[in-house]
Amino acid sequence: MQTKRMTFSSKWLPYALLAPQVIITLIFFIWPSFQALRQSVYRQGDAFGIRPPTFVWFENFQALFRDDLYLNSLKTTFIFSVGTTILSMGVALLFAVMVNRMIRSRDTYTTFLVWPYAIAPAIAGVLWWFIFNPTLGILPYILDMVGYDWNHRRNGNDAMIMVIIASAWRQISYNFLFFLAGLQSIPQSLIEAAAIDGAKRMKRFWTIVFPLLSPITFFLMVVNIVYAMFDTFGVIHATTEGGPSQATTILVYKVYRDGFVNLNFGSSAAQSVILMGIVIVLTVIQFRYIERRVNY
Amino acid sequence: MASITMENLGKVYTGNVRAVTDVNIDIADGEMIVLVGPSGCGKSTLLRMVAGLETITEGTLKIGDRVVNHLEPAERDIAMVFQNYALYPHMTVFNNLAYGLKNRGFNKTQIDERVRQAAEMLEIGKFLDRKPRQLSGGQRQRVAMGRALVREPAAFLFDEPLSNLDAKLRVQMRVEIRQLQKRLATTSLYVTHDQLEALTMADRLVVLNGGQIEQVGTPMEVYSRPETTFVAGFIGSPAMNMLPAEYMRNTQQADSLAHIPQGADLIGIRPEDFALDTPGDGDLILTGTLLLLEPAGAESHLHLRFDGLNENMIVRLPHVPSVTEGQSLSFAVRRDSLHPFDRATGKRVS
Repeated sequence: MQTKRMTFSSKWLPYALLAPQVIITLIFFIWPSFQALRQSVYRQGDAFGIRPPTFVWFENFQALFRDDLYLNSLKTTFIFSVGTTILSMGVALLFAVMVNRMIRSRDTYTTFLVWPYAIAPAIAGVLWWFIFNPTLGILPYILDMVGYDWNHRRNGNDAMIMVIIASAWRQISYNFLFFLAGLQSIPQSLIEAAAIDGAKRMKRFWTIVFPLLSPITFFLMVVNIVYAMFDTFGVIHATTEGGPSQATTILVYKVYRDGFVNLNFGSSAAQSVILMGIVIVLTVIQFRYIERRVNY
Repeated sequence: MASITMENLGKVYTGNVRAVTDVNIDIADGEMIVLVGPSGCGKSTLLRMVAGLETITEGTLKIGDRVVNHLEPAERDIAMVFQNYALYPHMTVFNNLAYGLKNRGFNKTQIDERVRQAAEMLEIGKFLDRKPRQLSGGQRQRVAMGRALVREPAAFLFDEPLSNLDAKLRVQMRVEIRQLQKRLATTSLYVTHDQLEALTMADRLVVLNGGQIEQVGTPMEVYSRPETTFVAGFIGSPAMNMLPAEYMRNTQQADSLAHIPQGADLIGIRPEDFALDTPGDGDLILTGTLLLLEPAGAESHLHLRFDGLNENMIVRLPHVPSVTEGQSLSFAVRRDSLHPFDRATGKRVS
């Protein structure tokens, strides 16, 4: 393939045009990353400058992996991201399949189902906070009628369920759009051929439609895990603040708490570096995958 | 193996859009029927109604002795070959062929035997482990055929299966499908918009236009005696020439038109029914100016304007004559090769 080559009359113009993006990247991404890398190998000094920061090699990291709270947060993060991903993708797929069967009303349903994506995470969090509020929320009221005492302020499992639902809710829109596009790209004749071949509706879905959606499913899985691990701070901050007793403190939330609330910068920086590593791994998986996308 | 009977079949879509009207066809066991017509004539809709992919809104459809109007596609015991082949892209060729058998609860050895048998018949044995995207167009076509015949269904339905192939492969596959169909003697319904495909493959062909049957008959019946002006124009290439009867009466001797009935005001003449030879007794003589000579190797097409007419006519000769454009030519036409039509109804007269 031939790429088109632009030529600029001035030697400096292309650099000048690139500069804003490069500067923003340097200031807001590269520089903080290096700060975090540097800080993660120091123990901070005191606030008055009497004891200067000391270089401690990887002590911050070693301390983290001896810390039960951190290991617990890893586990919490795992449960949270898997739960959010499965819930948001499962519901989105169900909606996409149902909307795809509509003919006239398809566009209307699609529009409504995309709305939640436009709502800021913190606002979504508050919304769910109201719905789940043990004293005035509608859901605990309904659950009470069937004999379940909902209280996410006391019960860690309740809290986890709440943040999973609140986080997944928004992501359903995004997944729904991708699944719907995927379903529409499957030729109708394949479904018809399968029907003639004697496959019933459910069988057709699991043997023809679902395998053909697998590239999209894989892509969404990576995107959703990244979302659950990194973009759900707002939801958690607005609903449980990581509680009760750290039951919903995922890694990102712990970075914030340890750094900005508990002012333990060394440990917080070390945690950021680990998160950075996770992001890099996930990104590499995603890019490698996108390069050779078709897997059937 | 079974016959297919269509009684007063019709299809009306929601919104009162009519696609098919009052179709009556009896397909005998083992017969190959070709549905032919221009795009939008309802031929694919009719095929899909037989397959069970479209609901039947009017009439009765029987496969064998069973009325199948309300049966699912899978319960009708038919197999279909789609225009885009509709192979399952994530399955190997073997699994593509085996899918329908698995769904019907055949055991592993039966499936294996049938798939290998079909693969051998279609010469795709080497490709059983490949995915469809690793095959050429012709090979995919064979796999699609194989998927239909492993099931040994009561009838094959073909929905323009050759239209995605290049011209050479199309002729080759046309012959193969016809040979296979004759060998297996499976009742077949074949849809195409290509009149040549229809003429060469059909036991009988059904010409459709605007959702209605124009004519049913063997290829030669339809070709040599078209019942409507539409069929006359659609079957045969180049198309039949249509001349006003009045023009003929003015230019020809009365006795050469004596056999043409009174109601006929349009006379059709096939391009190959003109001859440059000296006219025989009672032949018609048509004279015109040659506008364009198209030599095509074994034959040639002459575009002419007959004296006193404003339309171009086409003459086909089985050789390339030594004539020049602009020259005036006289042709002899045998009087029994005239096709009289009524312009208003579009029907053949006599």
